[in-house]
Amino acid sequence: MPQVCDNIISTLAPCLTQSGMNPDVAQFISILLGVVLVASFPLLLVIFLIWVERKIAARVQDRLGPNRVGPFGLFQNIADAVKLIIKEDITPAGADRLIYNLAPIVAMLSVILIWAVVPFTPYNIGADLDIGVLYFVAISSIGTLAIMMAGWSSNNKYALLGAFRVVAQLVSYEVPMVLALLVPVMLASSMSMQDIAFAQLGMWFIVLTPVSAFIFYVSNLAETGRAPFDLIEAESELVAGYNIEYSGMKFGLFMANEFMHAFTANLLFAVLFMGAWAGPGATSLPILGFIYLMIKTAIVYIPSLILRATVPRVRIDQMMAFNWKFLVPVSIVNVIVMAFVLKLVQVLGLAPSPENASDFLANIPQAAALLLGNVVVIAAAMALIRGSVRKERLSEAAKLAQRVQVEGDKEALPATVAQH
Amino acid sequence: MLELNVSTLVFFIFAVLSIGGALGVVISRNLIHGALFLIVSLFGGAGLFVLLAAPFMAAVQVLVYIGAIAILIIFAVMLTRSMTNIREIFNRQWWISAVAAVILLAVLVVGVVLPIWGPNGTQSEMVLSETTATVQDLGVALVDGNQYVLPFEVASLLLTAAMVGAIVIARDNE
Repeated sequence: MPQVCDNIISTLAPCLTQSGMNPDVAQFISILLGVVLVASFPLLLVIFLIWVERKIAARVQDRLGPNRVGPFGLFQNIADAVKLIIKEDITPAGADRLIYNLAPIVAMLSVILIWAVVPFTPYNIGADLDIGVLYFVAISSIGTLAIMMAGWSSNNKYALLGAFRVVAQLVSYEVPMVLALLVPVMLASSMSMQDIAFAQLGMWFIVLTPVSAFIFYVSNLAETGRAPFDLIEAESELVAGYNIEYSGMKFGLFMANEFMHAFTANLLFAVLFMGAWAGPGATSLPILGFIYLMIKTAIVYIPSLILRATVPRVRIDQMMAFNWKFLVPVSIVNVIVMAFVLKLVQVLGLAPSPENASDFLANIPQAAALLLGNVVVIAAAMALIRGSVRKERLSEAAKLAQRVQVEGDKEALPATVAQH
Repeated sequence: MLELNVSTLVFFIFAVLSIGGALGVVISRNLIHGALFLIVSLFGGAGLFVLLAAPFMAAVQVLVYIGAIAILIIFAVMLTRSMTNIREIFNRQWWISAVAAVILLAVLVVGVVLPIWGPNGTQSEMVLSETTATVQDLGVALVDGNQYVLPFEVASLLLTAAMVGAIVIARDNE
């Protein structure tokens, strides 16, 4: 359909064509502008996010946080960014220059590219891919690569150790994350982000499947390397982890990337489980949808910040055991149970028909059935935890009892041993 | 003759990435660089899948090959002792790979190049397949009794067996 040049804002490509430009090139330029717009938004947002995070962490720790530059210290991070840019840019002597310089760029890329499939409003999405969810998983796996590149090329043992931990952590936690993502895909019967958003008009998926929402949230915390899973840059053990040798704006990129990744992960949580832009009036006034999305993201993002400022870091073996012995089995069982219940609901005719899929009341029977399935999964998971914790406690007690026998160390006998 | 439009241009970019990356893998003296060139090459391949309107294949290429296999390769390389400044150009198996490469080239020439650009070729205008498959078609094909459900299940069983085997090997003898 040949478009007419109306004004330069809404019909840029036809206007460029009219002024004598090749139509292909004009199309390319207008797409490029869209890409620049979507990609710049997170970059600007991150300045604000760092301020939010510092303020909240400060409040949790009974401090004031940044309060000197601008109102409430809002411009502190702009000052910090300027400082980072004018700082000396050091490359260590033994570093692999090309990879060392490439790593922050790849890290940034792996987060910004995710924004391409985020449905901001019912009509505005970077690219409504058929494979949106898979695209997200694929792109976030590149982040692992960036951290490996940074860790290896720095020629520093702490950086390399940090990089090794990344592989263990990020690759492991990708498994429950992908399995948790399968459930929204099944519920919406589509991998497109926009279809998933539309499928939640009647009922948010967090109501239908709280277990996968929980697994996705926890594995996202680990994927973004946030406390309690911040072993990637455990300051007490690795000094700073993979980015120890980076200085100036290259370090700034890694730091901005971490904040942006955390926000993006929560944004995706809001999209996949909390209905993205869905809310009153979102279809008639798209900007409202964008505001709803940001509010929903904040609702899940701010608890993760408080969590970060509150909980201690877990040990690496605890982290791996939690993933492989708890999250992975639970998420596999969850996928099977959800698939079974979903089919059962369809066979019994409890599922809402396509016409009234966005009606809240029509969704209630299906939601009830799915919730029941979730309760079964939760009960099984609790039993699993209970069993393993009990076993651990018994083995600790047995060890202590043995020590008491060998050394005659009666004082080491705590109350727990006496109980068993 | 080739028409120079955007998709041709993009094709050339991805082709250069793909072939250049592959060349880098074999000629680089640093194993980590080699592994990273492999990623460049695989990324080029993913781009070509997008151009062929197969986004699912592209995403799987990035996820499985770059996100999992290439990272495992890098991890393994990091644990090897001498990974930089490799002096040997050939190892003992060079002739096997040479034979394999020649056979592969012959297959490609006979199977792809000659039928299209050969003397009795169909030229490049011919559409090879009328089907445009969506992700849904792919999903249905994998679980449809008349299509690929058996190979799919066999592959799943094989992967499960491999996983169980890996766990058994990795575990301590208790």
